[in-house]
Order: sequence, then structure tokens, then C-alpha cells
Amino acid sequence: MKPPAPVVEMTGISIEFPGVKALDDVALRLYPGEVHALMGENGAGKSTLIKALTGVYTVDAGTIVVDGQQRDLRGTADAQDAGIATVYQEVNLCTNLSIGENVMLGHEARGPLGVSWRRTHAQARAALARLGLDDLDTHAPLSSLSIALQQLVAISRAMVVDCKVLILDEPTSSLDAHEVANLFTVMRRLRDSGVAILFVSHFLDQVYEITDRLTVLRNGRLVSEHLTRDLSRGDLVSAMIGKDVATLTSLGSERAARVTDPGAVPVLEARGIGRKGSIHPSDVEVHAGEVVGFAGLLGSGRTELARLLYGADRPDTGEIRVDGRRTSFGSPVAAIAERVAFSTENRRDEGIVADLSVRENLVLAVQAKRGWMRPIPRKEQDELCARYIAELNIRPADAERPIKNLSGGNQQKVLLARWLATAPRLLILDEPTRGIDVGAKAEIQEAVVALAAEGMGVVFISSELDEVVRLSDTIVVLRDRREVETIVNGPTVTADTIVGIIAREGDAA
Amino acid sequence: MRSALRSQYFWGVVALVLLVGVNVVKDPSFVQITINDGNLYGSLIDILRASAPVLMIATGMTLVIATGGIDLSVGAVMCVAGAVSMEFLANVSDPGSLTSVLSALGLALGLSLVLGMVNGFFVSVLGLQPFITTLIMMLAGRGIAKVITAGQNTTATSAPFRWISNGYVLGFPVAFLIALVVVAALALVVRRTALGLMIESVGINPKASRMAGIRPRNILFTVYAVSGLLAGMAGVFTTANVMTVEVAKTGMNMELDAILAVVIGGTSLAGGKFSLGGSVIGALLIVTLDKTITFLSIPSAATPAFKAVVIVIICLLQSERVRALFTHRRPRPPAPPAQNPTQTLEEVVA
Repeated sequence: MKPPAPVVEMTGISIEFPGVKALDDVALRLYPGEVHALMGENGAGKSTLIKALTGVYTVDAGTIVVDGQQRDLRGTADAQDAGIATVYQEVNLCTNLSIGENVMLGHEARGPLGVSWRRTHAQARAALARLGLDDLDTHAPLSSLSIALQQLVAISRAMVVDCKVLILDEPTSSLDAHEVANLFTVMRRLRDSGVAILFVSHFLDQVYEITDRLTVLRNGRLVSEHLTRDLSRGDLVSAMIGKDVATLTSLGSERAARVTDPGAVPVLEARGIGRKGSIHPSDVEVHAGEVVGFAGLLGSGRTELARLLYGADRPDTGEIRVDGRRTSFGSPVAAIAERVAFSTENRRDEGIVADLSVRENLVLAVQAKRGWMRPIPRKEQDELCARYIAELNIRPADAERPIKNLSGGNQQKVLLARWLATAPRLLILDEPTRGIDVGAKAEIQEAVVALAAEGMGVVFISSELDEVVRLSDTIVVLRDRREVETIVNGPTVTADTIVGIIAREGDAA
Repeated sequence: MRSALRSQYFWGVVALVLLVGVNVVKDPSFVQITINDGNLYGSLIDILRASAPVLMIATGMTLVIATGGIDLSVGAVMCVAGAVSMEFLANVSDPGSLTSVLSALGLALGLSLVLGMVNGFFVSVLGLQPFITTLIMMLAGRGIAKVITAGQNTTATSAPFRWISNGYVLGFPVAFLIALVVVAALALVVRRTALGLMIESVGINPKASRMAGIRPRNILFTVYAVSGLLAGMAGVFTTANVMTVEVAKTGMNMELDAILAVVIGGTSLAGGKFSLGGSVIGALLIVTLDKTITFLSIPSAATPAFKAVVIVIICLLQSERVRALFTHRRPRPPAPPAQNPTQTLEEVVA
């Protein structure tokens, strides 16, 4: 069944950065017509290995053989020549160009009078049709498509160059279940045509659904290579984190049905807050020590509702009470003053300040709250950093390193620390565990539980229903940009319950 | 040594020393400083005096550029400041009195501050692009200056006003001392408070800054206002030197000198991390370069080309890519300790 010669064979790959040995003697084999998962925690070296294969980084040691030919990849152009195409986590396309232009960019069909747009679009349509996207109008702007479709466009763009190897880096992190299914259909189609697909994802379900083989990395080293069907989930997770899996599953079990005093004044109470074109008027109530989960599909209005609670967007209806006092949040500044904190789902664009150090990122919100006139003494800053680096296990434990050099999970922890440092009464976490590894995920979940136990109100938003059900006391279910039901969590509530609510409402509508 | 080499304005300092060296080779009297009446004289002192206006606008420009913007209007604002002070002194009954001088100064700085605030309003509140906003102000400013002087090159006589630029205190030119105090005070404010951090944060990622509770609007407004105010001071220095405002020439192309000083100082035009010290070096370098051109008697026709060549060389030396060509490979400090006990492939397979 397995074809004899791998299309990509990387051996002995080592890459060093100042202060970090990112990869140490790592090997990777990809066979034509397989979907291969690259597994590992954040910082395990997955991205670095991918970048070595795509020519973004040059390797310090080791060989890369593509299609039987040893390659010295010194740039993305070299990798493209070798037939390696990549679709990154964040879609790198030009949203202001048309779909067809995006697909064909750099490979436009040329005629005697320069680019022949008619033929270019025809070829784009053909490329899209290969992925079963016949119905897209190639003249429409890319921005008119959902992120999921944009991703498929990015894949078809990769296929235009007739690639043998397709790398998908976290392609499903912003897709809902239906969109993932579409993506997998496309992936199977490509696999059957002989393309080798390298798939990077943190979703174990997806790895087991789509991949044939997998390679596990840890701390920049190769751990093992397996046939996916031969490896149990528990063993896979253990291989990734080097810890026993039981410690992870026990988490959250202590969140037994917690009794909230019905007469208590909520930390935050929102009545009928809504914003035109964003979210229909909704009610939210968060008590001290309570974790309120927002559950719903992507685009159901979870984030939009959270942004209103924080003042990131201005609500145009409804009212917000903090500790029973009526207030209004026109901006994050006002919310922070009321000790409401919001960790955004969009870590890169709205979270980190990339060029600043971990320390500067960490103190930013506290500093903003104090105002520019009252700088936090350096000693206090260092103490804050030391404390949160230890508490949240931020790696590397170097506060002066630019935050952009940290892995996604560790950036997320720094952002969590940024908010914890402001001592919030209410902490809103929007997808705090997206795109980060199991280990960091467990650490963040633990932190949420601990914070609630200390009396903080927490709003927890996640695409993973299991996670929401496990951590929340109360669950606000959203669908089609409105709050459809608020349920009290209990032993009988499972992810299926929530799916049921979402689906039921779907039938009614 | 390594950290000195890595400092972004290292090559600016080197170029500055080299330029002085070139002048000394041509004529050793370049570095001679004579004391006359307790005041220092010499080419180097001239450079200090002449650097005052550039120091002012380069400092303001640094803050604006750090937020990811640009202020093209500083030269025109200089002209407005010069025009309003000259026009006032030319028409006031006692231009030599302290009150008149302070009023002229206040008018010049006040109007410049207003123009800076207009820039700031357009950029921060209305969200116009800094390039366009300040380009408009660059054109409008010169228009305002012409309206103030009715198109004339106004001349005034006021010994105390002239002293601001040509006087001496403790042997040093007043203009340089004022510039130094202003820059030092500003540097102190920016670095000893959290303003610098916030400026950098807004310059790198305005959205994330807003979400973290910073008010990008206030920060932007502030830097443009400061830039306007400092440009006003630069205009006072420039006009007080000759006690004439030439509406078509005063402050002409000064915005370019300011931008160059900032770039030489190692602050990226993309915004973010900035270095006021670097910009001071850059400003001194540009003035020294101008001085060198006259000192070497380079024909005036070739002056711009000469200036361009020197600046291109400095920028090339600072470019990461060019430096990478000279210094091979990155340093290799030891790897951080592994967090988990490392398992080898064999152990896992076994």
C-alpha cells in the first residue's frame, strides 16, 4: 500500500537561534498520497521544521531530499521550485484583490498584450474546480468570502504551482465543524491524486480522522513516527508532552455543581445589550467566583457579545451594571477602570505588541490603568514578571525577550498575565486555548478554575464545547448572533446538550 | 564592544567622528576653540549653535515617527513661527523690551502648538493619514506665513530676541543650551514616565494598545502637538539668527533633515522602538555635514549630491541585510535547559 520512495526526506535537521536550539537532529518523511500529521506542543519545533522545509529558515545541519534530489532551500522560491506549497495558519492572501487574482497571483496567463485576464480567470476557475469550488465567482473580491473559503482559495492557489507537497499549518483553527468537513473532502481529493499533505493541528479528533501517519516532536527533538491507527490517543498525548495523560483528564472534575446565592449582586449584569449588525440584544449575568461559558458556533456572536461587555465596541441598546451600579463602557479604558478585563481571540492583531519585550507586554494594561504619569517602578515590573512567569510557567523564562519570539501558547500566557496583573473582578477570555498545545491548554484551564475559586468572575469563550462544559458553571448558548438560552451546568449537561440547543433553535428558525 | 556595535546609532557616531576627522585633515584649525570675552568660538561651536533648530524638529519627529506617523509640516511651521514673531517685533513700539520679546516668543510657540494640534486632531480623531494631513499643513503653513507678513520678508530689530540664537551663556551658545535642555527634559519625560512605552506600543500595534487600555488617540494627538511646538522653537532659533523671516525659504526642506536625523538615529520609519539619543546624533551629523560641505569648499551645485551620498552610506551601514554580509552568522549561546526530561527515540519506541 505504501509507495516505496518518500517524496520528502529530511534527516538530521538542526537549526539554532540565538539562545535556543530550535531543532536538534530531527527527521521527517512524507510519502506521496498520504496525509501526515506533525504533532507536538507549542515550542516543540513544528513551525521551525515547516519553515526549514519551505525555505524560510536555512538549516544549520542536515539534508533535505525532495523527490530523490537533495535540495538546498534558501528561500520560499526554492521550495516552490521543489514543488512544496504552504498554507499558513493565518491566511496570507490579498483580501482586496479578486478571488481569481489571488489564485493566480504570480502565475497570471500572459498573452501578447500582457496579462490575459480572461484566460487567467479561466485557469483560476479550473484550479478551484479541482477542489470542488466550481461555484465561486473568480471576479468577486476575496473579502466577500468567509475565512474558511479563503483558506480553500489559498489551497487552490498552492495547487496552481502543481505542488507535490502541501503543508497545512493549523488550517482548521478558525473553522467550524461543517467547514472542517469541507476542508477534509478537499484534502482527501488531493491525497488521492498523489499529493503528500503535511497537516499541523492541535485537534486530536481531526488528526485521527484525516491523517495516515504522524511524526511527534518535543523540545526540538524527534520523539517518534507512527501509523496513526496504531497509536492510541493517550499514547500520542503522552508522547507530545512527556507526561501521563491522567493528570490532564482529572482537570475540571472539581467543578461540581456550584451553588450561587440567588440574591447576590452579580459582578456584571448586562440587560438587553446589543449592537446593530453585530449582536442582537442579549442578557448576561456573571457572579463572583462563577465561570460563565459562551458556547456557539464560530460567528454565532460569542466574540461580539464579549466585546460589548468590555467596551471594545459600543453597545447601542441595553445597559450594563457592575456590582449593581449602572455604568457604560464606551471604550476599553472605562472597562479596565471598572476592573473588567478582556483577553482577545485575535492574539496577533489585538493582543500582543510584537516588538516589545515580555515585561513591557505584561505591564501594559496595569500601566495604562495607572496612566502615563505614574510609571510602574522597574523593580515592581520585574517582580510582576517573575511572579507570573513562575505561576503560569511561561517559557522561556526571560522577561526581556521580545514577545514575538515566544510560541503562541506562551504569548497567550503573557496576555493572561497582563490581565491578571490588573486584578480584575471580571475576566473575559475569548478563545484562550485556541491554537495552543495540550500542555499550555491544561495550564490555562487550571488557571481559570483557580481564579474562579479565588472569587473572580470569568467569562470563558471557546469553540471546543467539551472545554466549555467542563469549566463553566453557567453556559450562555448563542446562535445566529443572538443569545438563545442560558443553562446552569450540571452532571446531565454535556457537549451534546449544547449541540442539541443549537440544532433545535436551527430547526425553529 | 558587541553591544556598542549593535547599538542602532553606532554608525552615526562613527560617521560623525569621521567627518570631523576629514575636516581636521583639511585644516587642523577646525577643532580649534578660542575663548574671547569668556565665550567659546570655533567651527565646532558653530556646529553646536547651528544644530539647535535641527535638534528641535528631529526630537519631535522621532516621537511622531515612533507612533508610525510622519510630520512633513515642521519646516512650514518653523516659517510660521518665524513670521509671527518677526511681524510682531516689527510692529511693536518697543521691540527691545523683555515683554515684547516674550510676547513674540509666546505668539510663535503658541501658534506652532495650535498647528501641531490641528495635525494631531486630523490624525487621531478624524483618522486621516499622517502623510496627507501633514502634507496639507506643509502647504497651508507656508500660506499662513505669507498671509501674516503679507508676502513680504519681514525684518525686525530686537537685541534680546536675537540673543536667543546668537547669545552666550557660560561660554556656550544660548540656542544650543536651550535645545539641549528641551531635549533632555523631553527625554526625561518620555523615559521616566510610561509615555515612551505607550508611544512605542501604539506605534507597533494600535489595536492591541487600545485593547490594553491605552488611548491611542491621546498619544497621537500629543506627539503631533509636541512636534508642532518644537518646530515653533526651531523657527524662533532660525529667524532670530538673522532677524529676518524669508517666507519662501525659512524652514525649507527642514522636514527632510529631521526625518534623516531620525533615520540615522536608528528609529524605524515603520514606527515602534525609538531612540532620542540616536536622533540627537543624527541631527549633529547632518549639521556637521552641512558645515563640512562649506569647509571643504564643495561647489554649491554638488552639495545635495554629496549630502545624499554620505547619508546613503550611513543608512547602508545600518541596514541589517548589509551588515549580515559583513558579519557572518549568528551567535550561538547555549540552549536553554529542556523543560521535560528528554526521551530519545529509542526509549519511546521500546
